[in-house]
Amino acid sequence: MHVVLGRCGTVRFAGPTAQKIYPKGLIGRRFLDVFEIKRPREITDIESLYDRTGARLNLRFCDPPHRQLKGVVMEGPEVGQMTVNLSFGISIVDAVSEYKLTAADFAATDLTVEMLYLVEAKSAAMEASHQLNERLQVARVQAEEQALTDTLTGLRNRRAMDYELAEIISERQPFTLMHADLDFFKAVNDTLGHAAGDFVLQAVAKIMTDETREVDVVARVGGDEFVLLIKGTEDHILIDRIAQRIIKRLGEPMEFAGDVCRISGSIGTVIAGDYPQPTADLLLGDADAALYAAKNAGRSMHVFFQPDMRTASKIA
Amino acid sequence: MHGLINRGIQRFVTDSYGAAKWRAVTRSAGLDFTDFEAMWIYDDAVTPAVLAAVCDVLDRPYEELMEDIGTFLVSHAKVEALRRLLRFGGVTFIDFLHSLDDLPDRARLAVPDLELPRLELMERSAEEYSLRCYGEHAGWGYLFMGVLRAMADDYGVLAYLDHKGSEGGCEIVEITLLETQFASDKGFDLGARSA
Repeated sequence: MHVVLGRCGTVRFAGPTAQKIYPKGLIGRRFLDVFEIKRPREITDIESLYDRTGARLNLRFCDPPHRQLKGVVMEGPEVGQMTVNLSFGISIVDAVSEYKLTAADFAATDLTVEMLYLVEAKSAAMEASHQLNERLQVARVQAEEQALTDTLTGLRNRRAMDYELAEIISERQPFTLMHADLDFFKAVNDTLGHAAGDFVLQAVAKIMTDETREVDVVARVGGDEFVLLIKGTEDHILIDRIAQRIIKRLGEPMEFAGDVCRISGSIGTVIAGDYPQPTADLLLGDADAALYAAKNAGRSMHVFFQPDMRTASKIA
Repeated sequence: MHGLINRGIQRFVTDSYGAAKWRAVTRSAGLDFTDFEAMWIYDDAVTPAVLAAVCDVLDRPYEELMEDIGTFLVSHAKVEALRRLLRFGGVTFIDFLHSLDDLPDRARLAVPDLELPRLELMERSAEEYSLRCYGEHAGWGYLFMGVLRAMADDYGVLAYLDHKGSEGGCEIVEITLLETQFASDKGFDLGARSA
């Protein structure tokens, strides 16, 4: 697009596209009343503009939104006249919709339409990639939900424990279920911070893993609650020995970043063989009742379930 | 084959025939997933297997199916982006036809690993053209015939299109312009970027 200026800097002629970009009408207006020349800075009046034929000009509209243009000034077409060739540069993307420009506003050799094509095509491709990222994010969240591992401790999580418990019940194999819970854990968290709390949970996980065999299942099923499935044994003495070892080690002071964390653990236990028809809900409920009885009996206790504990825990 | 192409086939089946038909297609083609990712590269063998499965499931001849996919890609409201990108090719339908030679390059400009078959337009008179399509797989000619039909409609042009078969690995589509102002042009606003 271009405009032709007379000797004193008044617009004599404006091409069809130039007319579009200044609807108030360019003809008869002083060029420097419409456009401000930002660079070269030396150009402050029309004479200095005319002295800079061929130079690359950075201009902007005096009116808001002060859209930027590029330009070059040349002599002609008639003696004493000057022609200013103008283009939008990269602000063309906004200018096209603002001034309703069409392909006819660009010369056949002008690559602006190609550039607009590219901007649009790239945006479409980016959008497709963006959607892929979003789907991957959703898939990741789903995968985490379906995961079987507690990420903090590396133990099995509640889901995994439910699955293992259902499996072991259906196989009708002898086993024992322990429900363990930490005492004073909240105090550690509150006074020494979450990092200390996390450290304690990891230490507890290690103790429980150490004191059980590979085939057994150790799961963290809540903040400071754990379930252990001891497979292949229903021997009270053996089970109590395992539980006592765990409780003893839980009660030993743990050192974290110069602070000593003191907790203890209580355990309630059910033996699958005590039930003619064991179900997961029944075993977990009764182990919970036994744990409740253990806590009531004082800290660091291990208690086997007795039927009278059901009502006792309900009343409480 | 680029995911954009496979995804296009999937969109055609799900939008026109429903998700259940698409699942039947993926089962029949032996895919171990249900959704194609647009920005992913798939094994070249996948696309012909999927197309064969679509023919089976919808019980439609291959050529007809390819043409319908071509039409769908341009004319369906949900894939407006492609119509717009093609409209950048020219202000008139004839300009657009001449821009087809550049189409694979234009596509690569936007998506560097997207490979489209080489196209060549022959002008026999102001009204008669033929498009030569050098596709690796047979059937691209029919797909472009569908695209051209939809684009003619978009430009408001009445055109007669005829697939002349293939010779030497190249399919030929004849285009005869009957009326250039048959219906109103659907319009192309340079600045109206679609998302």
